[in-house]
Amino acid sequence: MTDALRLEDLRVSLRNETLFALDLEVMPGHVTSIMGPSGTGKSTLLAAIIGTLRPPFEMSGRVCLGQTDLTPLPPEARGIGILYQDDLLFPHLSVAENLAFGLSPRLRGRAARRAAVDAALARIDMAGFGDRDPATLSGGQKLRVSLMRALLSEPRALLLDEPFSSLDVALRQLMRALVFDQARDRGLPVLMVTHDPEDAEAAGGPVVTLGG
Amino acid sequence: MGWVSRRRVLPALPALTLAVLLVPLGAGLIGTLGPAFGWMPGLAGAQPGLDAFRALLAWPGLPRAVTLSLSTGLAATALSLAIVALVTAAWGGTRVFAALRRLLSPLLSVPHAAAAFGLAFLIAPSGWLMRLASAWATGLERPPDVLIVQDPLGLTLIAGLVVKEVPFLLLMTIAALGQADATRAQTVAQTLGYGRTTGWLKAVFPRVYAQIRLPVYVVLAFSMTVVDVAIILGPNTPPTLSVQILRWMTDPDLSLRLQAAAGAVLQLALVLAALALWRLVEIATARLGRAWVLRGARARLGEPALRGLSVLPAGAAAATVLLGIAILALWSVAGLWSFPKALPDQLSLRSWMRHGPELAEIAARTVTIAGLATLASLILALGCLEAEHRDGLTLRRTGLWLLYLPLLIPQVAFLPGVQTAMLLLGLDGGLFAVTAAHVIFVFPYVFLSLGDPFRAWDTRYATIACTLGARANRVLWRVRLPMLLAPVLTASAVGVAVSVGQYLPTLLVGGGRVPTLTTEAVALASGGDRRAIGVFALAQTAAALVPFALALILPRLLYRNRRGLLHD
Repeated sequence: MTDALRLEDLRVSLRNETLFALDLEVMPGHVTSIMGPSGTGKSTLLAAIIGTLRPPFEMSGRVCLGQTDLTPLPPEARGIGILYQDDLLFPHLSVAENLAFGLSPRLRGRAARRAAVDAALARIDMAGFGDRDPATLSGGQKLRVSLMRALLSEPRALLLDEPFSSLDVALRQLMRALVFDQARDRGLPVLMVTHDPEDAEAAGGPVVTLGG
Repeated sequence: MGWVSRRRVLPALPALTLAVLLVPLGAGLIGTLGPAFGWMPGLAGAQPGLDAFRALLAWPGLPRAVTLSLSTGLAATALSLAIVALVTAAWGGTRVFAALRRLLSPLLSVPHAAAAFGLAFLIAPSGWLMRLASAWATGLERPPDVLIVQDPLGLTLIAGLVVKEVPFLLLMTIAALGQADATRAQTVAQTLGYGRTTGWLKAVFPRVYAQIRLPVYVVLAFSMTVVDVAIILGPNTPPTLSVQILRWMTDPDLSLRLQAAAGAVLQLALVLAALALWRLVEIATARLGRAWVLRGARARLGEPALRGLSVLPAGAAAATVLLGIAILALWSVAGLWSFPKALPDQLSLRSWMRHGPELAEIAARTVTIAGLATLASLILALGCLEAEHRDGLTLRRTGLWLLYLPLLIPQVAFLPGVQTAMLLLGLDGGLFAVTAAHVIFVFPYVFLSLGDPFRAWDTRYATIACTLGARANRVLWRVRLPMLLAPVLTASAVGVAVSVGQYLPTLLVGGGRVPTLTTEAVALASGGDRRAIGVFALAQTAAALVPFALALILPRLLYRNRRGLLHD
């Protein structure tokens, strides 16, 4: 049901100077970690995969999911979810509305959508939080909601941009487990950008070092 | 699909916007230059040549009018800039400054004409301050026979300009402070032993000035050529050059249009010369300033005095506008109000009842024009910013200059040409034409007011929304605009205030047949009916002020349970 995320000879350059070149495959249910000091283009790599890379950056090569070439598609048609270091919950929407924003439009009917949102909240132990203002949540709760928002859009791959670095150490382990378990359950290929070796260790997958 | 069609419309918007601004500007300049050199089809007796300039030079009032334009413009700009620089240097980051900052929006939204009337009602020989003084100091029974308002040197005109330009420049300075890393630079200077004012002037002001240079030029061009404030506060015989141009433009004798056009060309040349002079002074000041910085003088002794002195003029400017509005309000409900008394003998709503029906109609027209002009400007500005966000189409330095062009080229230099061009093309100056003319002046302010908050918006929200499957339009309507509701409403309020305050475009493009609160209020200036002026100027102020109140209240109401959007 799920496919591997493949970067085929993906090369990003800035004014004719190559920043990095990657050729890798992330298998469904596995986590590949990208490490490297800041300034080596980790965020640029994620932008290239999502499809938001802008001039003066240029890219060549392909981003594929299974046999599908995603490169010509706009970000909203690629089916790749992303979690950032900041929760980036939409501040003007309630928790439930944030989740409903992510919920796939294929699920129709007000009651059914509301039920799906409630079920998603229950799955992250946040039943009854639907009407809350996201600004009133704790750091861990915000991360859980933004994870669930990403998963509700039924992505076929998940990108993580240092998603645990703003959490304290105790919470970090819990959240790693939650995110990796959820991705594994759904058989999603996960690409994680991080500068924390513990993240990569917890992920248990291959580690690719950019630059340096 | 949506993807395809927006790709066609949106990237074209920046160009379309520039056309909306610059085509009338260009047509207006041509329409001014032509008649100035005797080319005006349809006007009998017009022949190419320099006759119009000869007639202009023959006008005995010309030397005084030219001097007035230069002196009032340069003095008002220099004073406003000095007040803003000193008060920011001495008080930036303090509670006093925060209080001034909170007053900015209401002060800015008060239309120039209303502020000018307020000033006149305060300082005229029979004005409120003299009444107050008579009660205990002077003991006067009758107003003294001195010319304060409309004084021949234009001092009151300068004061009227300063009280309105100080808030404008202060707003621009505050916006620039963030980009100049002001707080840290000032702290560093203080740890090096400089007093806060000296440190700020040496370490921060040069960077801030580079950011506010264009707004300063706008203030200079505006102050030299303003018409409505000059009619209310400026001298009469002769008036300033721009007022005289308007008199010729509205004279039934059409041949005077040629003279008016020649005057407009002269006015434009004067503004360009003044801008060049200002630039030279800038360079000289920079050189002197460099030497001052190099000397390393700490000059801490004068600091307390400087702090005390700097807050006075800024506070006085704010107080003048607010007190002026209060006096306007008092006059609008005054019954009998004999001279030395500080308060009316009785209060009555008679003035409001008398002008009520007429006022309602004119207010409705004013609000309609302001609403339409603001809506059009908002659509263009949002389109430009969205094109910038999606396709990386930015207005770079040249674009920014073009944006400021309608504010730098004096209205009186090209609006006569617009009127002439409309005459030649057979266009009728109705409500629609006036609205279109307002867009030229409303758009730059709306765009400048939206630009910073829109660019400061974290684009990762857009990326997140896209990865959740939302198309660009959904991102705009469901995420970006709702999150930026407060700045959008503020920009709309700014737009409405700018439109409500427009005098010359309304009068010239409307051919005098589209009366608004501003044109009516200014028309009352020569009559001296203080109650009527109070009614119209207060209505004008309300039309500009109410949107600001709404822009403040609405987001707080709609997002009262959304803490993430409120704390800024």
